[in-house]
Amino acid sequence: MNRIITKKILSQDVKEFVIESPRIATARHAGQFVIVRANDTGERIPLTIADANPEAGTITLIFQEVGKSTMLMGTFKEGDEFKDVVGPLGKPTHIEKFGTVVCMGGGIGVAPMHPISEAMKAAGNRVITIIGARSKDLLIMENRMKAASTELHISTDDGSYGVHGFVTDILQSLIDKGEKIDLAVAIGPVPMMGAVCKLTKKYDLPTVVSLNPIMVDGTGMCGACRVTVAGKTQFVCVDGPEFDGHQVDFVELVKRQRAYLPQERISREAFQHHEGCCSEK
Amino acid sequence: MAKKEKIPRQAMPEQNPDVRRKNFTEVPFGYTPELAQIEASRCLFCKKPKCIDGCPVNIDIPAFIRLIKDGDFIGAAHKLKEENALPAICGRVCPQEEQCEIVCVTGIKTEPVAIGRLERFAADYEREHGEIVIPEMEPPTGKSVGIVGCGPAGLTVAGELAKLGHSVTIYEALHQPGGVLMYGIPEFRLPKAIVESEVDYVKQLGVQIIYNAVIGRYMTIDELMEDHDSVFLGTGAGLPYFMNIPGENFNGVYSANEYLTRSNLMRAYRFPEYDTPIIESKKVAVLGGGNVAMDAARTALRLGADEVTVVYRRSRKEMPARDEEIHHAEEEGINFQLLTNPTELLGDEEGWVTGMRCIRMELGAPDSSGRRRPIPIEGSEYIIEVDTVVVSIGNGANPLIPQTTPGLDTNKWGNILADAKTAVTSIPGVYAGGDIVIGAATVILAMGAGKIAAAAMHRYMMGIPEPVEEKEEEKEEVKEKK
Ligand SMILES: Cc1cc2nc3c(=O)[nH]c(=O)nc-3n(C[C@H](O)[C@H](O)[C@H](O)COP(=O)(O)OP(=O)(O)OC[C@H]3O[C@@H](n4cnc5c(N)ncnc54)[C@H](O)[C@@H]3O)c2cc1C
Ligand SMILES: Cc1cc2nc3c(=O)[nH]c(=O)nc-3n(C[C@H](O)[C@H](O)[C@H](O)COP(=O)(O)OP(=O)(O)OC[C@H]3O[C@@H](n4cnc5c(N)ncnc54)[C@H](O)[C@@H]3O)c2cc1C
Ligand code: SF4
Ligand code: SF4
Ligand code: FES
Repeated sequence: MNRIITKKILSQDVKEFVIESPRIATARHAGQFVIVRANDTGERIPLTIADANPEAGTITLIFQEVGKSTMLMGTFKEGDEFKDVVGPLGKPTHIEKFGTVVCMGGGIGVAPMHPISEAMKAAGNRVITIIGARSKDLLIMENRMKAASTELHISTDDGSYGVHGFVTDILQSLIDKGEKIDLAVAIGPVPMMGAVCKLTKKYDLPTVVSLNPIMVDGTGMCGACRVTVAGKTQFVCVDGPEFDGHQVDFVELVKRQRAYLPQERISREAFQHHEGCCSEK
Repeated sequence: MAKKEKIPRQAMPEQNPDVRRKNFTEVPFGYTPELAQIEASRCLFCKKPKCIDGCPVNIDIPAFIRLIKDGDFIGAAHKLKEENALPAICGRVCPQEEQCEIVCVTGIKTEPVAIGRLERFAADYEREHGEIVIPEMEPPTGKSVGIVGCGPAGLTVAGELAKLGHSVTIYEALHQPGGVLMYGIPEFRLPKAIVESEVDYVKQLGVQIIYNAVIGRYMTIDELMEDHDSVFLGTGAGLPYFMNIPGENFNGVYSANEYLTRSNLMRAYRFPEYDTPIIESKKVAVLGGGNVAMDAARTALRLGADEVTVVYRRSRKEMPARDEEIHHAEEEGINFQLLTNPTELLGDEEGWVTGMRCIRMELGAPDSSGRRRPIPIEGSEYIIEVDTVVVSIGNGANPLIPQTTPGLDTNKWGNILADAKTAVTSIPGVYAGGDIVIGAATVILAMGAGKIAAAAMHRYMMGIPEPVEEKEEEKEEVKEKK
């Protein structure tokens, strides 16, 4: 169980694992996530199920190395096992035929967008996907997103590939061209989701976002993942992770994501120091 | 000549408060064999022992105490296990003073026999010395049982049904067994090695545990019913309540569940050896007056806080926590601000909690619970400085299973409705018990519910009719209606 079947390096610090997890592979729907624990001393890390293959009994996880836990997982090789994989968690994405759906993924947010684009297309929507990254070598999953969408647009912050600018610039130009959009979905860093919502709000365009607060159990037991939506506290792991983007208090979310910065630094430095001395041998 | 000296209730040796407030090691050391035998000799071995009625699982108390008195400590442990699969746990965390001990006859003139401490002693002695003996098992029935939740309720059902020859699988959402015993109650009150060894005992009965299985998502109840002949829901009261006052989402504000789960289940008290972090606090306020609040406050102290204050809106008398826990907390230097209620949490630009606006309360007329209702005193507001707040005002029912199980009836608080005599829910073959049915309660009540459910599930699967007495009662009811 939980064995890594294949490992791929998608960009400098983005890794893709295909993991043996037959039950989750059949039970999962687009928009759901798992919580993994690397080893006995590990913390519980939520990761979206980027893809699944029920016949093979596998799920795909794509993650960016940002701190100790994701860096440690990044060192795992094919054949290694995660200590724990629990899921599928969260509510599935609400999929129906809306008409034209614009799916926007920023940075690592492209990975969780993949199953949503796919499911929206399968439901008969015209799916315009916009993916963005800081630069060309950080862009992931271009071909797979192309296959999952009716139309694919790409932006990079530095102009090294696709449109020079942000995903919101492409969205703006689609709107300016008179594209009739029925639903927008955005997943990425909080500032990106915030920017998308600011824009779509102007046009009263319904917008769904997928939130990534700090979590512990992922079953609604602890309240670590709480966010304010429409003035009310919600638990993202059970009430979400998707919400009406126009109602989310992004300012609070960003602050809550920063709650453990000093401890995260201690963990990361200890890990990098340890890795450093071991790889020198 | 002087009257024969009465032997006083024997105290349990424990760690000095100044030492223990800085470590997570268990507070009491437990009785030595000598102390246990002295305490056991205080029992009158009553012909009609009141204490047995006080125990929710009806342990034969005088019988196990006599075995201790006679020096057969292992025998005492086996006697306990006839009725209670988790004696080392109950001996530690049962509210004995309101159950078996409150009715003990020696308590009329002096202090009651220390039944809980003796139970703990016998169970510990067996674990440390004896080989754990597996009781006689019934031959396999070919029936299979699925249990949701590996807390005391689920573990009890599992143990009982395994002994009756059924094949038992527990599905647990977390990566460890025990429920609240593992994630909620701290190490210094209930060492996790003890929980593990009591769970091991249940596993030795042939029970399988599947971890990381969040039922409702991983599998539905319908799917479980396809794989099993009956299903038990023992999912506990795991939904933390907040105060619903402004500022509750500031950083530094925790539910007790999160605070304790980080520290206990995830071992954040050993960060960075363990990866899960917990905030380093100086001034902690814990809101609430129950056992959970005491556990959170004493954990905060051990995590290194300079000042820990329990803020409770009624008076000391109404505090639901066990006396022993309040006493331990006081000894360790925890402050109590009673008759005080928080009205707002204050924070800084970065989103960190910095203070708490409180209002003084006075007690008015008794409310529906019989306790005097606290009423705010106008104009008495003041601010206390804090950098961490742990909200411990109670837990409700997690809605995940009811939401994903059509036909499963709940009450208005979301607790699953189950028959008091058989624990059966609105779905035939599906049973429920413990905190998910009665709301946050106690370990031993969850175990009592588990025993009732196990007996009913056994009858259901084997096609044994319900006991006759129940039918008679039904008849009587019919008569009454006529
Ligand atoms: C529902 C959900 C789905 C996610 N899906 C993906 C995904 O598909 N790919 C991906 O790369 N990342 C995903 N994330 C984010 C991922 O969980 C964090 O990047 C990871 O936990 C960082 O851990 P770390 O120890 O490596 O870094 P740290 O140094 O510990 O933290 C870096 C940042 O990650 C966040 N973080 C830390 N601990 C947690 C935690 N326990 N839970 C959530 N966030 C935390 C904090 O904002 C923190 O500042 C998802 C998060 C959520 C909530
Ligand atoms: C901090 C604290 C201190 C306490 N102190 C005491 C004390 O001193 N004495 C005392 O008698 N009582 C005490 N209690 C209360 C006591 O622990 C509970 O009443 C008791 O544990 C209830 O048992 P249970 O089996 O019903 O539920 P729980 O112990 O809550 O176990 C439920 C289990 O089900 C699992 N679960 C939930 N949902 C799902 C799902 N969908 N799928 C799979 N698994 C699921 C949970 O992860 C958990 O492991 C305390 C409680 C707390 C929180
Ligand atoms: S299980 Fe609890 S109530 Fe029963 S005898 Fe033991 S301590 Fe007393
Ligand atoms: S009531 Fe007290 S004295 Fe009597 S048998 Fe029970 S424990 Fe012993
Ligand atoms: S992560 Fe604990 S309630 Fe959501």
